[in-house]
Parts: sequence; structure tokens; C-alpha cells
Amino acid sequence: MAVLTSACDLKRAPVLDPKGPIALAERDLLFDAFYVMMLVIVPIIILTLWFAWKYRASNTKAKYTPTWANSVKIDAITWLIPAVIVIAVAVLLWRSTHRLDPYRPIESREPPFDVQVVAQDWKWLFIYPEQGIAVVNQLAFPAGRPVSLRITSDTVMNSFYVPQLAGQIYAMAGMQTRLQMLADQPGKFVGRNSQYSGGGYSDQHFEVLAMTPADFEAWVARAKQNGTALDAAAYTALAAKSRANPITYYSTVEPKLFDTIIDKYRHSGHAQHAPARR
Amino acid sequence: MFGKLTIDALPFYSPIAAGGAAVTVGGALLVAAVLTYLKAWKYLWTDWLTSVDHKRIGVMYVVLALIMLLRGFVDAIMMRAQQAFALNGGGYLPPEHFDQIFSSHGTIMIFFMAMPFMTGLVNIIVPLQIGTRDVAFPWLNAVSLWLSAAGAALVMVSLVIGKFSTAGWTGYPPYSGIDYSPGVGVDYWIWAILISGVGSTLSGINFIVTILKRRAPGMTLMRMTPFVWTALVASVLMAFAFPAITVACGLLALDRLAGMHFFTNANGGNMMNYVNLFWIWGHPEVYILILPAFGIFSEAVSTFSRKRLFGYESLVYATAAIGILSFTVWLHHFFTMGSSAGVNAFFGVMTMIIAVPTGVKVFNWLLTMYRGRIEFHPSMMWSIGFIVTFVIGGMTGVLLAIPPADFLMHNTTFLVAHFHNMIIPGVLFGYLAGYMYWFPKVFGFAFHRGWGLGAFWCWIVGFYLAFMPLYLLGLKGMPRRMETYNDPTWQPYLLVAMSGAVVVLCGIGCMVMQLFVSIRDRNKTRDLTGDPFDGRTLEWSTSSPPPPYNFAVIPTVGDREPFLEMKEKGIAYQRPAAYEAIRIPSNTPIGVIIGAFAFVLGFAMIWHIWWLVLAAGAVVFAAVIVRSSTDDQEFTMSAAEVKAIEDERFRTMGSRP
Amino acid sequence: MSVAHMSAHEREEIETEEQRALGFWLYLMGDAVIFALLFATYAIMIPGTDGGPTGKQLFELNNAAIETALLLVSSMTFGFASLQVKAGNRGAVLLWLAITFVLGAAFVFLEVREFAGMIAKGAGPDRSGFLSAFFTLVGTHGVHVTMGLLWIVILGAQVAFKGLTLPVASRLHRLGLFWHFLDIAWVGIFSIVYLPGLL
Repeated sequence: MAVLTSACDLKRAPVLDPKGPIALAERDLLFDAFYVMMLVIVPIIILTLWFAWKYRASNTKAKYTPTWANSVKIDAITWLIPAVIVIAVAVLLWRSTHRLDPYRPIESREPPFDVQVVAQDWKWLFIYPEQGIAVVNQLAFPAGRPVSLRITSDTVMNSFYVPQLAGQIYAMAGMQTRLQMLADQPGKFVGRNSQYSGGGYSDQHFEVLAMTPADFEAWVARAKQNGTALDAAAYTALAAKSRANPITYYSTVEPKLFDTIIDKYRHSGHAQHAPARR
Repeated sequence: MFGKLTIDALPFYSPIAAGGAAVTVGGALLVAAVLTYLKAWKYLWTDWLTSVDHKRIGVMYVVLALIMLLRGFVDAIMMRAQQAFALNGGGYLPPEHFDQIFSSHGTIMIFFMAMPFMTGLVNIIVPLQIGTRDVAFPWLNAVSLWLSAAGAALVMVSLVIGKFSTAGWTGYPPYSGIDYSPGVGVDYWIWAILISGVGSTLSGINFIVTILKRRAPGMTLMRMTPFVWTALVASVLMAFAFPAITVACGLLALDRLAGMHFFTNANGGNMMNYVNLFWIWGHPEVYILILPAFGIFSEAVSTFSRKRLFGYESLVYATAAIGILSFTVWLHHFFTMGSSAGVNAFFGVMTMIIAVPTGVKVFNWLLTMYRGRIEFHPSMMWSIGFIVTFVIGGMTGVLLAIPPADFLMHNTTFLVAHFHNMIIPGVLFGYLAGYMYWFPKVFGFAFHRGWGLGAFWCWIVGFYLAFMPLYLLGLKGMPRRMETYNDPTWQPYLLVAMSGAVVVLCGIGCMVMQLFVSIRDRNKTRDLTGDPFDGRTLEWSTSSPPPPYNFAVIPTVGDREPFLEMKEKGIAYQRPAAYEAIRIPSNTPIGVIIGAFAFVLGFAMIWHIWWLVLAAGAVVFAAVIVRSSTDDQEFTMSAAEVKAIEDERFRTMGSRP
Repeated sequence: MSVAHMSAHEREEIETEEQRALGFWLYLMGDAVIFALLFATYAIMIPGTDGGPTGKQLFELNNAAIETALLLVSSMTFGFASLQVKAGNRGAVLLWLAITFVLGAAFVFLEVREFAGMIAKGAGPDRSGFLSAFFTLVGTHGVHVTMGLLWIVILGAQVAFKGLTLPVASRLHRLGLFWHFLDIAWVGIFSIVYLPGLL
């Protein structure tokens, strides 16, 4: 009974129940490697238990060869079996790592939807350059359109994590990392920081909303109407430590705020702070 | 006068913290009281603390490891208890305290449980297995021990005076930098690691020289036992990987103390450099811990299957290959830091490659059991439990080694489950197998089997109960290190995990009982032959416990299983016509003095008590100079004394069939 | 004296010294790992000047060249001391050790003067990541040299009071390895830190 409930529950586990092509491909990769590995570990577990039972000391009928310790043929097989499996998984790994590079834009007829993400103590700020708005702890976008995220931190290292859509990547001050995602259908998902960052870390989660284009327009309009301005002073106040910050809307955003946040940590714009690629 | 140290450092701010402090202080006082009652201080000082005998140093290392295992386990069960009830802000710990607990749990289990346990077993057994009288540098060995103990003591003191780090056992900056962690916690962590790290580097050098230069005549490299081989490779990794964590922690200390900017967010700092430095040490460290455990499994599987180890050469080459490859995979700990696909893929593939020699080892153990006569001694049970459980951890490790899959699973409880699935069966089970295997050799009486088997079953059942739910929670997207959460579907899994910790607690109870019962019955279970398991290697050829000089006559080795060969030829217990005098290193208090003042030095650095830093540093320095200028560091045991000890051994041996 | 004629005790003593030599080589290799990682850290932090002074603005080639010369010559004079150990000439050993000490002390003096000058100019180790890496790398070497100087004094005293016994000679041998190792590390510093900073 408990197993059944648990099985139903796991069906909806975020990692196992992806809602977009990136998370789906990452999950399938997990499954493929899992099946290949099962080919090795199941026989090993069975053989271990079987040998332990069959060759127990009390079973004097079993064959006993106390000095048999070498066989070139078997040696070759013990090296070859793991090698073949590793080669198979390595090929899978090489291809998928390039295909699912988080810096590589999703191919789509729709133009990418840009969002800038800033990790703070202990909340997430999402800036929408196209719409000119910003939101704390809520990431909304039209479903079916590839979302291209630029991510940085205005505090310690964080990890931006949306298991049902995109996996994760670190957010680091003075640097920009990138992540791509796409939601097939409208829906509501959970996003988190997965890199421990201090006292308010456990409450540092956010809502991810994939919406129909009409709903999204309405959402933007509401944000513009109800929000306040995010100017330099408001940003400083926002960046201070706060726990379990409520969802907050900002109707306007200081121009180039995202770049200012990164530049704050890199006087004279030296390149060593930028990650290897843009 | 006292730097940053004020009365506020005492933990009266929280009943739980005060309780932890009280237990620590109470425990120390209790031990002191018992020692005083037994009038054992002098014995402890002359026979143990000042000893440079590798067997006694090894025993003290293992005692340190077992004490720290208890402390680390208390942390673990406190975390499980917190998470089991932490739904929507429940639980009994505030974040500040929970964060210290997960940081100290990891730090203690890796640096002050696993490292001393491994170093202790290598210390006790390697010289016996290669047929020598001591390690190459007996005094340095004592220094290593006392530096490790000093580091452990710093972690324990942080319970009473001040607080421990909240930055996790990896201490990633900028969080661990002075801007975000202004307290003394991170400094406790840094100095505990720096001081014990020096000890580990010295141990590595000591073991390399011992194994390369002090083997008995006839023992070629390819006649060394698998345990000696794995100890050799692990020692090479210790000597060359520990400098990396010394640099990482040293630079972090400079950032914090001298206002430098190695890893700060601004002013030209680069935190990614720390992450690289840390894991350049961190990945080899995994193999430093696990390779000697592999060696122990090889010994136990062969002895208790009553069969020669299958594929010895393969096993040796696999060990060496793992040692080299372990330096080429560190980036897999941070695929999510934004490296290019090419870099990520390269390190992913290297990680896969390291699975090949590991797989080979598993097959070799299986084939050693094949057509054997298996006796289910606790050490054999740990080995079987290890193989079955470890392959599951290996499987999840391969999953995590695929960068895009890692993007999904990194930093979740799936990762936590994975590395516990490697470290508990792979490392701890191995050390416990060694502990139960060599116990009669070290102390001269049997180690109770029933309680040992009980410990095994509790540990393995507890392990599955505690960590399988964490795998599933990882799939449900639960990040690690959460003090509270708002998803009610997580709670049932965390309750199961908590029950697993309780079962492990029963396993620890069995271990305590095993010690108690074995010591109580010691006079009935004396090991008079020195060879209780029909052993194959040299450690079983001498008495249990071995005499101070290990071997009255250094054996000559003609086979990979020298003692078995001697028994088959009927020359195992031959006595020489005459014994010779033996030179033995003299005991010295300088090792324990250096450890004590290294502790004071670390404590003074943490609290910025600069005059004390200078004073303690001067004492350590002076101790090193005095010792290194001393020419005669040995005494001679006369041939008559040796003969008397050997006569007694053969007399008692003869009294039993 | 051939091996066959030695007593067991003498053989043991020689084996012990061989083990110490190997152990010391291993220590030096571990120390080399520390320097390698500090070099790597320095290399990636060169651009991290935080708008502050760069190597080009700070380093004086003259000073570094004199430091290099002092250290190289001191390695040579230590070599002469080692030769005199073999010859069993106690007085000459002490003389060459003293000369080595003076050269090493002059090196440390120049380095401390350079550091003090930089700090006075506001270019201390807390100014930028680049300067943190510079001071730490070069300073670590300087601390090693200082330790070497102390060691010279201690062994000089042993030579004077105990004579050139086997243990003392073997300690001198290890000190020699250490001293030459510091030379190699300095050549690395000169060519990775000072030269590119100026070119």
C-alpha cells in the first residue's frame, strides 16, 4: 500500500515528470544511463548473493579450488565488460553534453524570450528587459516560447534550479551564466536555490508560471499597474537580506540594472570575471 | 589580551547548544575522572601518549576515529530528526544551528573519522604485512597523530567556545569569506583542516618510504598484499593532494585575516579558483579513503573464502590506474558552474573511465568467492554488503557524471544519497571489516562475532532505510541542506530516512556491546597462536599482540601469501638458533607536545590572540629543533630480553593444541 | 669500508639516512605542488588588479635581478660547503655556510624592502586580487628562504659542536636539497612574475 502511494507520488516527482523539452531530454538521459547500468549491477548483485550462498563453508558439495587465482581469459573479460559499457555511456555523454549545453539557444520558430535573473539574500529577482518590469520570486513567461535566462548573483554563490523545465546552473557575483528552458503547456512549477547560501536559504523558492500569450499580457499589465518603480534606491533596499520575501512587482526598472549589478563587482571590466563564454 | 574571545562565546544563548557543550565538557571530565580513579595517568602517558610504536599509534588513531564517529553520528541523527519534522517551519533547530551541524558532520566524518581510521589501520597493519619492525619515521608518525588529534580537538572545542562554521564541509567562498561569515566558525574549520592536513601529508610521506624501503627480503613489489598496495597508492595521493587543500584553506585564511582578495566577490577575487583548488584535493581524497578499504576487502574476501585472491595483477594495475585517474576528474563536482560543453564532457568521460578499474575490482572479489569455502565472519559480511550496496552507488555516480543529468540532480538529496552510498559501504564498511578482522591480532583476544554481525545488519538495513528515500527525494527536487521546507509530500520520505538513522544507532549500540563483551571475556578467548583465521600474510606469523619489535627474526618472503607458504612448508614456527639484539625507537613526549601546542596555536589564530600565537608557535618550533638535533633516538633490546619474550610465546602456544 | 664489513648497526644507520633522503625528496615534491598551485593562482589573478597598479607599474627588474644573482650564488656557495663536508673539513664547511647565510639574508632583506616599498605606495596585498596573489606567492618563497637561514644557523652550530658526524652530514645534505629547491622555485618566480610583468 505504502509502495503504491509512493509510486503514484513519484510519478509526479519534478525530475521524473518534466514539462519541457530540455528537462525531458535530461531526464531521458538519466533513464538511458540507468538502464545501461542495470545491465551491470543486477547481475553483479545476483552473482554476489548466489556465490555467497553456494560456496558457504557448510556446503561441502560445492567445488573448492583454493589456489585457482589466474586466468588471462577472465582477466580480459573483466576489463572488457566495464570498458565496453563505459564507451557506450561516454558516447552518449559526449553527444548529450554538447546538445544540452545550457548556453545553447533552443531551436524554435518563436523568438527567444529574455529574462535576467539576480540571486539575492534570500530571494530571486527577475527582470524583463522587453516589458520593462521586474518581479521578485515569480518567473512568468508565455508557454511554447523558448526562454533564455541570463543569471547573476548580488550575493554569495547560488544555484538557479527549476527541475521540471531546465535543471540548474550556478549564479555568481560579477559573472553571468546562462540557462535555456521551454514549457510545452501552461502550468505552474517550483523553482529553488539549491546551493546553500545562509540562514534564509530554505525559504528561497519561487513560482514559475508558464502562461498562454493572453494570460501573460494580462499578467504584464497587472504588474505595470500594481507595481512600484525599481530605481537605484529601491534596488538597494531590495538587495538587503530578507527571508521568505513575498512576490513583489515593479512597474519600471532602472535601465541596464542587470549590467550594473554585474559591473559592481568588476572594476574596469576585466575579463577574468566573465565565465569562459557569454 | 584575549583577542576576540569574550564571555559571550559560551553557548548560554540556546539550550540545545548549551546541552552539546555540557555533553562535551562532561564527557571529557568523566574520562579524566575514570583515569584518575584507575590511577592510569602515568600508564597512559608512558605507554601510549609518548609511544612511537606504530601499533600503539595506530590504535590511538582508531580510538580517535571511533570517538569522532560518535560525534559525527550525533550530528547526523540530529539532522534527520530536524528534517523529519521541519515541514513548514517545524522542527527543533534554528537555521543557524542546523547549518553548523551539517558543516561539522561532513568535516568530522571525512577529516576526523575516515582519515584517522584509515591512517590507524595502515599504521598497525602495513609494517606487519611487509615484515618490518616499524615505519620509516616513527617519531614523525607520532607528530602526525597528534596533529590530527589537535584538529579534531579544535572542532570539539567549537561546541563549547564560540560556534562552528555554517559554510558546509566544502566551505565555498564567498559565503565562507569574512564579508558573509564574520564569526569564528569558518576559522575553526580552516585551522582544524590546516593542522590535521599537515599531519596527513607527513603520514603519506612516512608510509611511502616505509613501503618502498623497508620490505622484508624477498618481498618484491608484486608480492605485496593488496592492502599494502592500496595503502601505497593512497599514501602517494595523500602526499600530493593534501598540499592543494592546504593552499585552498591557507588562501581563504589570508582573505579572512589579512583582508586579501583571493576569493572575494569584488576587488579582483575569483571564487571559482577556490572551488577548483578544493576539488583538486577533494577528488583524490575520495580515493585516499576508499583504496585502503578496497585493500581490506581483498584481504577479508580471500581469507574468509579460504582461497587465493583472484586476479592479483589486475587488482594492482586497477589500483594504480585509479590513483592516477583520480587527479583528472575534479571538475565533475561543479559541472553547473558554466564551463563549456567540451570541458564538461571531457571531465565526464574521465569520470566514466575511472569506473573501469573499479568494475575490474568488483569482478575480482566475485571470482575470489567463486569456488571458495566462505565463512561468514563479520568482516566477510561487511565485504558482501559492500559489493551489493556499492554497485548501486556506482550506478548513481555514473548518472551524475553525465553533465546534463547532473544539471537535474546536482545539489539535491540525490547527490547526498550518492556520496553516502559510496562512503558508507565503500569506506566505513571496509574500515569496520578491518577493525573486526585485525582486532584479535592487535589485542590478543577474540572480537565477539555475534555483536559484530548484529552491528553489520543494523548498519546495512539502516543505510538502505536512511538513503534510499533521499534518492527519491532528489528526484522530487529536494535540495540538500534544507532546515525547513513547504512540500508536505517530502515528509513521509524524511520520516523513513529518520528511522534509518535510528537503526544505525542500534548498529553503533552493537559495536559498543561488542567491545564490552569481548573485553569482559578476554581471558577465555586469548589468541595464543597469533593466527586465529588461518591467515595468509605475515601479520599472522607473529604473536597476538605482536611484541614491540614485531618479528624476532625478519622473515624472508618467497610468495605473495608468505605465511600460508611457510605453514605449508612446515617452517612457520621455526625458531632461530640464537636471537640478536634489536634496536627500537625510544618513546618521546615531543610528538604530543607539538600536537598540544599546535592546538593552542590554532585556537589563538581563531580568536586573534596574537601573543599566544607567537608563544605556541615558538614552542612548536623549539620542539622540532630539539628533536631534529637529537642523534640517538633508539634503545637496544638485548638478545636475552628478546629470547625471554619469544620463549614465553612458544610456551603458551604449546599449551594449546 | 665495504658493505660486507659493516656491522648490522652501521648498515641500519645508512639505511635510515637513505630513508630520510627519500622522505625529504617526497616532502620537496609536495612543497613543489604548493608552489605550482600558487603559480597557477597567480597566473589567473594577473588581470584581477581591481583598477589598481599592475605588475608593470610596480616591479623593478634591477631589484629582482640582484635577488636572483644573490640566490644563485648562494646555491653555489652551499655547493662548496657540501664539497667540504665530503672532504671532512669542518672549518671550511662553517665558512661556506656563513657566506651562504649572508647571501640568503641579503636576499630576504631586498625582498622585505621591496614589499615595504609597495605597501607604502598603497599597493599592499589587500589592494587587489592580483596583489594578494603576488605577495602570497613571493612571500611564501621568502618564508621558505627565512626558514632555510634558520636551518643554516642550527646546522652550523651542530657542525661546530658535534663535528661532521653521519647524522649531521646527512642533515646538511637535506638542507642542501632544500636550498637548491628554493633556487628553482625562485627561477620560476623570476620568469613567471617579474619578467612578463615588465615585457
